[in-house]
Amino acid sequence: MISWPNLVSQLFNGLALGALLALISSGLTIIYGTLGVLNLAHGAMFMIGGYAGFVTYQYTESFILAVIAGSLFVMLLGVVMERTIIRHFYHRPHEDQLLVTFGLGICFVEIIRLIFSSQSQLVPPPAIFQGITNLGFMFYPTYRLAVVGIVAIALGALFIILYRTRLGMIVRAGIEDSVMVDSLGINVYRVFMVVFGIGAMAAGFAGIVNAPVVSLTPGIGDDILVQTFVVVVIGGVGSFPGAILGGLIAGEIISVTSMFNPGYAYVMLFAAMTLVLVVRPHGLLGVQGRE
Amino acid sequence: MLKQRPFLIETLTAIGLIVAPFVLPHLGFAPNTVNRILVWGLFGLGFDILFGFTGLLSFGQSAFYGTGGFVAAYLLTRAGFSNVLGALVIGMIAAAATGYLVGLIALRRTGIYFAMITVAIAEVFFFVEFNPLSDFTGGENGLPGVPAPSFNLGFTTIHFTDGWSLYQFIALCYFIGVIIALRIVRSPVGAILSAIRDNPLRATAVGHNIHGYKLTAFVIAAAYAGFAGGLLGVLQAFMPPDAFTFDTSGQLVMQTAIGGRGTLFGPLVGATVWLFLQDFLQSALGLGAAWKLVLGVVFVLLVCFLRGGIVGGLVDLYGLVSGKRARKAAETEEAEVETPQQAPPAPMQAKQVEHPAYSGPILKATGLTKRYGGLVANSDIDFSVNQGELRGIIGPNGAGKSTFFKMLTCEIPPTSGQIMFAGRDITGLKITEVCQLGLTKSYQVNQLFTGLTVRQNLRIAALAELRGKFRLDLFRSLSGVKGLTEQVEHTLALVNLTRRADTPVSELAYGEKRRLEIGLALATSPRLLLLDEPLAGMSPRERVETVKLLKSIARGRTMIIIDHDMDSLFELVERVTVLQEGRVLVSGTPEEIKTNAAVQEAYLGGVHGEIAA
Repeated sequence: MISWPNLVSQLFNGLALGALLALISSGLTIIYGTLGVLNLAHGAMFMIGGYAGFVTYQYTESFILAVIAGSLFVMLLGVVMERTIIRHFYHRPHEDQLLVTFGLGICFVEIIRLIFSSQSQLVPPPAIFQGITNLGFMFYPTYRLAVVGIVAIALGALFIILYRTRLGMIVRAGIEDSVMVDSLGINVYRVFMVVFGIGAMAAGFAGIVNAPVVSLTPGIGDDILVQTFVVVVIGGVGSFPGAILGGLIAGEIISVTSMFNPGYAYVMLFAAMTLVLVVRPHGLLGVQGRE
Repeated sequence: MLKQRPFLIETLTAIGLIVAPFVLPHLGFAPNTVNRILVWGLFGLGFDILFGFTGLLSFGQSAFYGTGGFVAAYLLTRAGFSNVLGALVIGMIAAAATGYLVGLIALRRTGIYFAMITVAIAEVFFFVEFNPLSDFTGGENGLPGVPAPSFNLGFTTIHFTDGWSLYQFIALCYFIGVIIALRIVRSPVGAILSAIRDNPLRATAVGHNIHGYKLTAFVIAAAYAGFAGGLLGVLQAFMPPDAFTFDTSGQLVMQTAIGGRGTLFGPLVGATVWLFLQDFLQSALGLGAAWKLVLGVVFVLLVCFLRGGIVGGLVDLYGLVSGKRARKAAETEEAEVETPQQAPPAPMQAKQVEHPAYSGPILKATGLTKRYGGLVANSDIDFSVNQGELRGIIGPNGAGKSTFFKMLTCEIPPTSGQIMFAGRDITGLKITEVCQLGLTKSYQVNQLFTGLTVRQNLRIAALAELRGKFRLDLFRSLSGVKGLTEQVEHTLALVNLTRRADTPVSELAYGEKRRLEIGLALATSPRLLLLDEPLAGMSPRERVETVKLLKSIARGRTMIIIDHDMDSLFELVERVTVLQEGRVLVSGTPEEIKTNAAVQEAYLGGVHGEIAA
């Protein structure tokens, strides 16, 4: 049952899933690192990105427009969420932040369920990426290969924003010491809004890019959220490189384990997380002192 | 209210449970709905101890609910076990044991990490139930045929079948659950759990092993969850696999927050609201699937605007109505007591641990060094303090005074060097152990249990001294701890806060908070007390009072004080050590220090003159 092509194909699946997880986790982790808020609605953002793209596709039949619209819509949603609700929670305990984002996540899922029902929806991959590609030693769905490339480009863009721009410098400084950044005269609250928007957009973008791979359901974000948590714990909260590394590790673990028995995918993922917690409690690339 | 009538809540709960079957049917509650509410309420009792009292928000309680439920259901349906209550108890124990193992992992981190880890673990349980263990759990079919309980009393057998008959059994379980939860919450352990919620750092520093207590709370919550899970199977005559889903954990969290966290009854109220609205919105209003959206919006609004949930809101309302009268009475009383406030503080009763075998210096540090990367905070400090001595430490800002204190109390480990306390090497010990040995400090920035009253604050510190760092006296009442009241009252008098004993910390004036900060350290009965800038930020009048207070504390006690107020410090202490740039510059009597040229150099940068003029 376990043949080389099979294994390699699973490794590719793991890479695609890992890249997606890396992107979603990056969004979660930069929001947490900068604002100190763990957004439990992040999975719902991922889901809404998919649905926003789906609607756009219905009207325009253009995958590119769907990706753009899906991402922008979720970014807007993130900004509105931050302005109206999240910012009132910066000085409240972590538990309250968790509760309110958890509640918002449920509201989002239920709104989508109300509009689109629980039935699954399909977004076909763009024409140029349809079909399968002959890699020489095996055949592989073209779009999944494309996903790796698309997500890599998105991660690259995020890297440039974080490491090559003034905003990114402030964000990274804020992850280190937000009080200090505040006292340097930088308006952290405006930065917070932008970061929340970018973080949400990362999830939304992943949501629409992932839509052709699996079909859309309102609950699609829940599983992703849990996997994202594992990624962040493995990689280290607040660390962008950690999110990428953790994402790839988690993606491969899920894929390769699924080849043997899908029932154990989570068990293995959890075992990896436990191992990291025991050996390096702050995550593989995490910084000590940030809770 | 609670103190005056100790069994008031228990009695009211019993009355409520007895009256419910006669009242609720008229309000449109089916017996099955009431039973489900009670199961959620029982589930929530344990969760509230974990979340409301200890401040640990777990999104993974479904793991224990499912474990308890499936173990009990398996015993009753497949293993030929016929004793329903026995099976429920075994399920509970299995869940508690699982909770212990999971807690060991999840409690390695706090805050959001804890929340994320519990979610991930619960998800694993869900998948394990569905796949590897499906032979035992029935997979997605669950376990049908869970019997209802019956008890053979010899002369007759009581059957609890379903509906209101089963209600009697479940209500009795809930009642016992409430009694146990109330005992736990009112025990010393309960008090410490609240302290952990408010300020884990200080709870550790006054000498409690908070990891042990957190694990205790986690296991308690798992045990409640396990029993409730078993009851769910009995109630439905079927153990559903969705007990393990994330939705179960989420619903519990939401119900607890809606009803009111930290109230024990919040989850019950939340479950009532939840199940009632679910029925009402779905059938009466015909909203269909939208009911969950309505509940989600209600939940978000409550979290935003009514942090204490429904029960918390009612308690506040009651306090507002009844509190006005009480406050007026208190104000007049306060005005009367205002005059004798200047009376000298109560004489210090020296409570020293006998240590006849050892007579050398109580504290001796050699070669103490702390480096942060390239930055040297403390370098090669030799320092020794004799029994009964009063030592002052001064030095310009950044001289490494606070770092030095942190190393002495083992808050941070030294890079190199050794610390001997009362003849014992304490280098590398934990802050909790060092405090238990009798060495503690008051903090430069107040570290209080902000949600508690002054008396409760001091209790936490005194409990550490009286009970040791970890003890599972879950069913002992606070009044059963020998010497607790005396020690708290004595400390209250010492720091002159007796009048404010029942005031919440958040309502104290700054000077009072500062005195409570010292009181927290004192209440652990330290043999060596370190004070990090006890006078910082005080008005001149408060300083005079605090110096008086420190003098009275000092009788029969060894103290080391850091402060910038040299007039006050030189008046207090016998010897002064001057730190500069992480090194000991000089040590001597206050007179010697005042005239020492090197010290003047350090402070005034070479301008000669009297320092601390």
